[in-house]
Amino acid sequence: MACCNEHSRAEILRQGIARAGNGLPAIESGMPTPAGTGLDRRTFVARSLGLALAVYGGSALGPRLLDEGIASAAAATGGSQQVIVSVFLDGGADALSLLAPVQDPLYRSLRPRLALDPTAGTPFAEDPGLMWHPSLAPLAQLHAEGKVSVLPGVGYDHPNQSHFTSRHFWEVGAADERLATGWLGRYLDRVGKPDNPLQGLSLDWSLQPSLATSKMPVAAVDAPDRYDFWARGVWGDVGDRMIDTIGRLGSLSPQGDAGLRQATDALRQSSQLYRQLTPFRPKDNQPAFTSPVPYPGGDDRFPRRLAGLAAMLSAGLPLRVVALSAPGHYDTHDDQAKDLTDGLALTATSLLAFQRDLEARGLADRVLVHVWSEFGRRAKENGSGGTDHGAAGTGFLIGSRVAGTMIGEFPGLSKLDENGNLRATSDFRGLYAAILEDWLSTDADGIIPGARAFARPKILR
Amino acid sequence: MTGSPRYDGPFGTQQAERLLWRAGFGPRRGEAARLAKLGLDGAVRSLTRPPGEKWIGPSPHDDKGRPLAPADAYGHDHLWWLDRMVRTSRPLVERMTLNYHDWFATSNSGVGSQKLMLAQNRLLRRYSLGSFRKMLVSITANPAMLIWLSGIDNRKGAPNENYGRELMELFTLGEGNGYTERDVREQARALTGWTSTWKRGKGQTDFRFDASRHDPGAKVIFGKTGTFSWRDSVDLTLHHPRHAPFFVTKLWSYFVPDPPDAQTRAALETLYRDGGFEVRPVLEAILRHPALYTGGRMVKPPVVYIAGLLRGLGRGIDTTAWVWLSEGAGQRLFYPPNVAGWDDSRWLDTNTFRGRWSIANQALAPFTLEQKKGKKPPKISGDPDKIVQGALALLGNPTIREETRTELRAFARASLQTASGWKADAYPPLVANAVRQLLAVSPDLQTC
Repeated sequence: MACCNEHSRAEILRQGIARAGNGLPAIESGMPTPAGTGLDRRTFVARSLGLALAVYGGSALGPRLLDEGIASAAAATGGSQQVIVSVFLDGGADALSLLAPVQDPLYRSLRPRLALDPTAGTPFAEDPGLMWHPSLAPLAQLHAEGKVSVLPGVGYDHPNQSHFTSRHFWEVGAADERLATGWLGRYLDRVGKPDNPLQGLSLDWSLQPSLATSKMPVAAVDAPDRYDFWARGVWGDVGDRMIDTIGRLGSLSPQGDAGLRQATDALRQSSQLYRQLTPFRPKDNQPAFTSPVPYPGGDDRFPRRLAGLAAMLSAGLPLRVVALSAPGHYDTHDDQAKDLTDGLALTATSLLAFQRDLEARGLADRVLVHVWSEFGRRAKENGSGGTDHGAAGTGFLIGSRVAGTMIGEFPGLSKLDENGNLRATSDFRGLYAAILEDWLSTDADGIIPGARAFARPKILR
Repeated sequence: MTGSPRYDGPFGTQQAERLLWRAGFGPRRGEAARLAKLGLDGAVRSLTRPPGEKWIGPSPHDDKGRPLAPADAYGHDHLWWLDRMVRTSRPLVERMTLNYHDWFATSNSGVGSQKLMLAQNRLLRRYSLGSFRKMLVSITANPAMLIWLSGIDNRKGAPNENYGRELMELFTLGEGNGYTERDVREQARALTGWTSTWKRGKGQTDFRFDASRHDPGAKVIFGKTGTFSWRDSVDLTLHHPRHAPFFVTKLWSYFVPDPPDAQTRAALETLYRDGGFEVRPVLEAILRHPALYTGGRMVKPPVVYIAGLLRGLGRGIDTTAWVWLSEGAGQRLFYPPNVAGWDDSRWLDTNTFRGRWSIANQALAPFTLEQKKGKKPPKISGDPDKIVQGALALLGNPTIREETRTELRAFARASLQTASGWKADAYPPLVANAVRQLLAVSPDLQTC
């Protein structure tokens, strides 16, 4: 480069980002796209960083300079952005199967049919009385590498045993039934940008309530490589213009009408998201992205969503918080043994592949995965090969930077609560506060109600 | 005494159109104008006191032209009900049945029998405009509900609180509103006694009340003591002072987005109590209320959106695609997400909007203007105004805002401006297809 040394080049690029607007500006209609139909990686990164105006608006930066410099800008901007991925085990996953107290004779008497074979899984190194569920072997492997922190009894006082209410508490980050915004949504309301729906991404059919914001846009996509707006009998530039018009209809004033506002928001954000995900639409039957490591195959969307997520992060897309549900059925009132084996196996293998993917792409230091469920299950099994709703449950933090040590001890079977459930040895609100403060570098006050009352566990190395 | 306020503004096509959306599934072609001629009272009565049911439009079938098998074939339960919404001459009956499906939300994911779900659906329809008391008594003993909320597991000595809790929390009083945890436990005891028999190949069958499973002892519910039965449980709850306010506010919320003011609520409560839990007088007051005609808009639930598009287009159920399309927009009939029903405040996000895009695309599919092989493109006017008018006419002439019309026109004009040479003939149909699609997903048509 003739014009600038490494430092000033990065500086210009940062200015370009600042000038181009916060997060992702609109791609103006009429703005030329590169010749041909496909966008190359450079354009993709530029768009995702909000550099589109700098690229196309005839800034001082020539395309060549951008070509070489954008990767470092991506690293500079994207690299400072820590990402939290929330993975939900829907239904109340059984703590006494995830980490089974196989050495405790009480376990066998409480679970005559369901107790796991004490030789079937890997012993849990931090507490030899416990054994990993055989299907969680991939997590045991990551734990041995120091990349998993286990919460063997996470919950809250006065546990609510309704799925609906308890899940809501976890989603809003408080034992408050009326709170309407999610804890991650309130975080985005503080740090997010008004034109970047991708900052809060549900990889799901609809929005995960933990991401519900009061101000900032957030997105839900079933699959990032399939977010398209196709219409029968429409093609060519009419099709492009049609998609622009979605955004225009979404930019009309709702005139103070709440219903219209919901609808216009959805149109506008969908059109923004469509542009953000442009590089993820397969072209000419070529897959939109490839992964450096194999993921589990099959029909389930979970591994594919994680693979897409790693690719999006790798491309520098402006994600901050991501939420999705794990595969499997965890409300195991009956047929618990089989349901758990299947669901946990796919969940854990996919999470291991995701970690390896991030490591291969050099992104592992930026991502923290939190695995949670609304409650654990009753210590005593029921009469139909299953277990009923309980209280404290098991959670995991996964990532290259986690402390890798237990948060709270295993509550033990000898001191169950008055309903025969495990007692909590850590509080999910303290965990959230630690994630906000230590991982996302923001004050938990104002996001987690009464945050000061909760002890912060050590979550990072 | 002051009654519920009555709308006294003009009652024209636009007001009739809104009434048909809120109290049904939108107008068929010309229906709003016909309804407007009846005046407000006549229009409301035609909905709340409809004559015998008639079916309007083509009868339903799957993609291969075969009739539906709602009790047996996967997804046909959804199609069967959607067809009723499209073809019925009694839209408020179907709409109230849908409201009650949300109110007493039961999911086949827990029941596991389309047959039992359809039986419950008939029950919801039977009392949809009638007595809430009869509704509540029947739903308490309804087989699908007995499975869904563990009524058949609730027996003397081993009470199950599932139904007793939701009876108060979700169906009649509201969460923590005038009852205690002790009331939950005592209600559960009063409700003991229902059972069924499991038969291989048939599932749960022979639902019955078995006195030997009922706890006949004394219970204390809402501070009253007695050897209460399951019917007492229902009546104690209905006569609880917090029930009428809960009932009228919840019923209102299905029709008007903002809660009723104090005077209206009091008037509706009086109508409800004095009428002995009859729903029709309350409904009539809500449907005549100024807030319905002058207040804000509501996002249409996905099935209402689908049924409305089909009614406007005059298209019947002719594909099973509606099952997954509806699910993709967030509403699969007979599968509410949980016992609290669908969350009406969160119908729209970037993914469910995409779901609605696919719905509009499917609804418009048979009308697509396409160039047939070896033929010239279909002849369509290149006048942007005419293209927008044509799209509106196809969709049954819905009312839209002027600024929406302006955007659609601007889109058509800009798309056609660049069309020279071969494009001059090829583009008008493309633009017409796109305008229809954009109109169908516009904020104006997502809301009512």
